[in-house]
Amino acid sequence: MEALAAARPRGRRWTNVLERPSVLASVLISPAVVFILALVGGPLALAVYLSFTNAIGGSLHGKWIGLGNFRHEWTNPAFKDAVWHTFLFTVISQAVVLVVAGLLAHALLKKFPGKWLLRFLILLPWAAPLPLSLMGWTWIFDTTYSIINWTLQHLHLASTVSPPQWLAQPRLAMGSVIAVHAWRIIPFATVIFLAGLASIPKEVDDAAAIDGATGFRKFWSVSLPLQLPIATVALLFGIVFTATDMAVVYILTNGGPPPSNATEMVTTWAYKTGIESGSLGAGAAISLFLLPVLAVVAIGMLIFARRAEVT
Amino acid sequence: MDAVLRGFREKGLSYLIVGPFAIVLAFPFYVMVITAFKQQRDFYDLSHTPYWFHKGPTLSNARFLFNETQYTTWLRNTAIIGVVVVLITLVLAVPAGYALARLSGKLGQSVGVGIFLTYLVPPTLLFLPLFSVITQLDRQTSSLLHFHLRGSIWSLVLVYPSFTVPFATWLLMGFFKTIPRELEDAALIDGASRLGTLVRIVFPISVPGILTVVIFSFSLVVNEFVYAFTFISASAHRTLSTGVYTDLIRGDLPQWGAIMVASLIPSIPLALLYNTFLDRFIAGFTGGAFR
Repeated sequence: MEALAAARPRGRRWTNVLERPSVLASVLISPAVVFILALVGGPLALAVYLSFTNAIGGSLHGKWIGLGNFRHEWTNPAFKDAVWHTFLFTVISQAVVLVVAGLLAHALLKKFPGKWLLRFLILLPWAAPLPLSLMGWTWIFDTTYSIINWTLQHLHLASTVSPPQWLAQPRLAMGSVIAVHAWRIIPFATVIFLAGLASIPKEVDDAAAIDGATGFRKFWSVSLPLQLPIATVALLFGIVFTATDMAVVYILTNGGPPPSNATEMVTTWAYKTGIESGSLGAGAAISLFLLPVLAVVAIGMLIFARRAEVT
Repeated sequence: MDAVLRGFREKGLSYLIVGPFAIVLAFPFYVMVITAFKQQRDFYDLSHTPYWFHKGPTLSNARFLFNETQYTTWLRNTAIIGVVVVLITLVLAVPAGYALARLSGKLGQSVGVGIFLTYLVPPTLLFLPLFSVITQLDRQTSSLLHFHLRGSIWSLVLVYPSFTVPFATWLLMGFFKTIPRELEDAALIDGASRLGTLVRIVFPISVPGILTVVIFSFSLVVNEFVYAFTFISASAHRTLSTGVYTDLIRGDLPQWGAIMVASLIPSIPLALLYNTFLDRFIAGFTGGAFR
């Protein structure tokens, strides 16, 4: 091959080099890799560096204070609350998502008239831009004109004198942001589950039928194990999307209601510390507490993606 | 007969499960549509049902939105950012996705997975350092070029490919894997160069896959909130995702009708496109990992 290339006229040497798959591959891949390293790797490293300094907003360095930011946040009640809220927000919303998406995916696997329309309606929360659909939710949760309250009041389920304040009462506010986030992720999880279910070969069904497995038994020992890897991947995505989300909480409650700040999350607390208060170093340290979550998810992905390959 | 009955029962069960959830999931959009066309006196009137019109539908909310707010500017800004970011994304991700699917061996597989994992690194982790980087770059651009990077839509154009490129590379890798290798081999045997094969054979049949990437990358751009909120503070430079919220909700008196119109105009076409290309998206998204 090389001898052949050398024998060709000089002017075509450059194109000949490009004929070698490994060379062409690196030429095609490197721009993307360099770009990603510069725009994700660089800032990530910078975030780690800044978290060890007392840098203020807009600067790229500050005085080195070692673990000072981490130690301070670790003992800060506001931060501890934010971690706890983020945990609840993620775990509860994803538990709801798993159950609902599992049900929906199984029901949508069959053919029935009108399926296209129903699937479209189910997809809407994921397909519409989130910051815009949150405008709808803000109106639905309005203090005076909430359509939910109107309905509850007419069913005599809520008081007309002091109706529920969905975004202003601590527990209700947390419930509301969890519900809205579950609402947002359910369509995504449903379509991923659906893809997983559809990829189970028909032969498996037939074999299970011949062996006499039906109903719950079939679901438990055949469908569920086959579906588990892809369901886990959907769940891992859901965890990342939820734990690192800022739009839902910021737009709906802005971390409030004060004074308990019942919906303050790690992300909104990092924003308030790093941008609004200008303590860039401390803000970077706070947001880095999301890294362990990401690491666990990344490892989980690698394990389960490989397992899914087998099926 | 038994089978027919069972079929009926299964279909009925599907409706019973899917129907109520479809209603709940689509409910906010119903409220948005109806509020968008209601007269103000109507949606502030609690003595009548909020689920339907009491006074006739109106276009006054839309008129207010287009005449009294900077909505068209936000639409334009979002469109410009979206188009430029999508172009940058394609230039970087199409070659990379192809090479990762075809040309590279074990190492390439790891690079592919690595690129995918960077998609998991969220804006909420990167916005603080990037805010500083943009601020520093802003000093350079303003003294050298008399142009303020921070606060302009170009700061977002610079940053958005950080999540669209990993996402698009991964999707495209999945798509390219589904194209039969024999097509390329045939062209190579006929004497075409590898690059020529890529441009003349592979790209044309990948158009549906590339279109899917265009739509989903654009949608990621319209969805982005954290960077847009942090980097830009002037109304005239805002995008849809932050402009509607900061100017119309946080303003003195929220114009709910206009807010709903503003939210629905981009949402409806995007949702329809999304739905149309969803099956391809799923194939590419899971195809990269599960094939």
